[in-house]
Amino acid sequence: MMEIGLNHYLVLSTILFAIGLVGVMRRKNLLLLFFATEILLNAVNVAFAAISHYYGDLTGQMFAFFVIAIAASEVAVGLGLLIVWYKRHSSIDLDALTTMKG
Amino acid sequence: MFEAVAFYLFAFLTITMFFITVTTSQALYALSALAAGMIFISAFFFILGADFLGAVQIIVYTGAVMALYAFGMMFFDTTREVKEKQGNKYIIVGLSTLAAVLVVVIFAAPMVSENIVALYPAIEGVGNTQEVGLVLFTKYLVPFEVAAIMLLVAMVAGIVLAGKKMDLSITLMNDAEIEEQKNKKVLS
Repeated sequence: MMEIGLNHYLVLSTILFAIGLVGVMRRKNLLLLFFATEILLNAVNVAFAAISHYYGDLTGQMFAFFVIAIAASEVAVGLGLLIVWYKRHSSIDLDALTTMKG
Repeated sequence: MFEAVAFYLFAFLTITMFFITVTTSQALYALSALAAGMIFISAFFFILGADFLGAVQIIVYTGAVMALYAFGMMFFDTTREVKEKQGNKYIIVGLSTLAAVLVVVIFAAPMVSENIVALYPAIEGVGNTQEVGLVLFTKYLVPFEVAAIMLLVAMVAGIVLAGKKMDLSITLMNDAEIEEQKNKKVLS
């Protein structure tokens, strides 16, 4: 109970990942959908750092760095696209995106 | 003892903050809770001895990403309540938990089978930042440079996408010109 091991961190990572997935599935607003994807990436980062620590290997931390870099560029491009979409349709609901629905 | 207390405290705080982020109907609350959750996540990195990663987490996420979201939110109408999808709650929670457990199994399966070996073992006698520098600029130099190019491309893409018609200033135009711009926007 008092000794924190790798399993504790993996369980925490699972919980955070589940929260992020719930957010992805139930959100309709695209901006809040982006927030949920940030939660997913952070949950994986925690798992990477914990494995890196308990196995004495730095590869996990390296991958966490690259995940952070990818998250930053994803936000830049995604927010740009979102602004263009909002200027055109004045709404960022997912339902407004279903233009190909028959 | 101290580690356990810190772990449980920050685990509780992080889960609470992220839970608020995915459940609240106010976009501003979601943004604030997400920023707080990011800072609490960096506490785990400090507990795990990854000091440099923790500092990067604070700088990049709460400094850059959250500021970007805050600026982006100025473009959108964030004061009104966010409508939710009315789906089956149990299916959503069940599927999410299943997927999350699967991800952890993917991580844990190679370790359980005991054939994992430290590729780049931690070096004795130097701090975390030196270790990260040694590994990043030798073994991971090419991915590092590719990541730099990717960030540059993302920056240019963001400017091109969001910066359209930024040279126009409504305050400097008279009414006729504004009407003309409005008509153009409708037509395009």
